[in-house]
Amino acid sequence: MSSEKPVLYTYWRSSCSWRVRIALQIAGIEAEHRPVHLVKAEQTSQPYSELNPLQQVPSMVINGETLTQSMAIMEYISELKPDCNLLPASPLDKAKVRMICEIINSGTQPLQNLSVLKKFSDKQEERADWAKYWITKGFVALEKALKNTAGEYCYGNKLTLADCCLVPQVYNAVRYNVDMSEFPLISKINQTLEKIPQFKAAHPSNQIDCPE
Amino acid sequence: MSSESDTPRPILYSYFRSSCSWRVRIALALKGIEYELRPVNLLKREHKGDEFIQMNPQGFVPYFVHGHVRLSQSLAILEYIEEAFPSPVRLLPSAPDKRALVRSLAHIIALDIQPLQNLRVLQKVGDERKVEWARDFITEGFQALEKGLEKAHGRYCVGDVATLVDVCLAPQLYAARRFGVDMSKFPTICKMEEVYKTEEPFIRAAFDRQPDTPEDLRAT
Repeated sequence: MSSEKPVLYTYWRSSCSWRVRIALQIAGIEAEHRPVHLVKAEQTSQPYSELNPLQQVPSMVINGETLTQSMAIMEYISELKPDCNLLPASPLDKAKVRMICEIINSGTQPLQNLSVLKKFSDKQEERADWAKYWITKGFVALEKALKNTAGEYCYGNKLTLADCCLVPQVYNAVRYNVDMSEFPLISKINQTLEKIPQFKAAHPSNQIDCPE
Repeated sequence: MSSESDTPRPILYSYFRSSCSWRVRIALALKGIEYELRPVNLLKREHKGDEFIQMNPQGFVPYFVHGHVRLSQSLAILEYIEEAFPSPVRLLPSAPDKRALVRSLAHIIALDIQPLQNLRVLQKVGDERKVEWARDFITEGFQALEKGLEKAHGRYCVGDVATLVDVCLAPQLYAARRFGVDMSKFPTICKMEEVYKTEEPFIRAAFDRQPDTPEDLRAT
C-alpha cells in the first residue's frame, strides 16, 4: 500500500459511508475523513462531481485510485486485507456474505435513500411511510436469510461485510419507526455489534461532521 | 476444465424479463456453462407459491442451485460463478483497482438504477407515475455510467472483453428502451448496445429467446 493515507469522502449519517467506515475499522486501515455535506448539496459541487459523477458518498482515494460505490470499495478493502475475514475464504461462504449484503444494499437501502424519498413525495409523512414500507420488506427477507447464516454475527462468529451493512440499516429502520420486534435476530445481532469498538468508532455520532 | 465439472450441471430459476435473472443467464452464456433453466412466472406469482418458497424462502429470482450451493441475489450469484468457474472466461480483471472499477460501474446499474425501477417498486409507485419514475432514475444512473464508460471502454464497457458491467448493462438497456429513456445523451452506452446485438452469448440470454418468453414477444 502507498505511504499516503487513504481519503474517505463521507457524510456522518450516510449509510453507505458508514458501511465503509466500519470496514476500514475492521481492516485496521486508517483513513482521513473529508466530510461532504449532503443537505447543503456539497456533493453537487464541481470538484466533487469530478471525483464521483453520481454525486454520492462515499468515495475513497486510495493507492492513487479513486473508488466509488460502497460495496466496490468494501470488496477492494477485503482484497487488500484478506486476513481480516471481511469476506471469508471459500467461494460459497463469500457468496452467502454477499447475499446478505445485497438484500440490504440492493433490496432495501436504495429505496429509502434521500433522493428517492424526495422524488416520491413532498410530504414528510408520505416519505416516512414509504421508507418504513421498504425497510420492513427488506428486513423480512433479511431475517429469513440470517436464520440460516447467523452465529454471534451475521455470518457465523466472525465479523464480515454483512455486519458492516447491517448496523447502518438498523439505524435507519429505527429512524423510520420500523417495528423491530418483528425482527428478533436482526435486533440481537445489531445489539452485539453496537458494543464493538470498531463499530462505535464508525458510528455517526462520533464523526467530525456530526452536528452538536 | 473447471473444478466444478464433477457436480451436476447448475439449475437457474429465472423469469424471462427479470433483469436480475437475465444477468445470470448472460454470465453463464459468456462462460460457456451448460445449465438447466426453470422458469418462474412472476406475473402469476409463482415465486410466492408453496413449492418455490419451500425451496427458496426468500421467494426471489434468480435462484441458483449447483450441487449443495443454493444462492439468491444476482450479484452474489455472479461473483460465485466467477470464482467457481474461473476459466476460460473471466468477468472480473485480476488487478484489485481494475476489479474495483468494474464492480463500481456494475453497481451503478445493479444497486443505484435497477432496484428503483423493478416490478414491485413500479407497482407501488402506481401506473400514473411509473413510466416517468423509471425513466428519470435510469437517466440519472446512465449519466454517471456514461462518464465512467467514456474513460474505461474498449470494445466492451471496460476494455476489450466482456465484464460484469456488460452483464448488468445489457438487461438495463431493455428497461431503458421500454421506459422511453432519451438514449441520444449516452453515445458510449449506445455503442455497447450495438455490440450486444451481435454477440452470441448476449443474444442467447436475452428476454426474447427464453423458454418462458410469451409468443408475442419471442424473437423471430
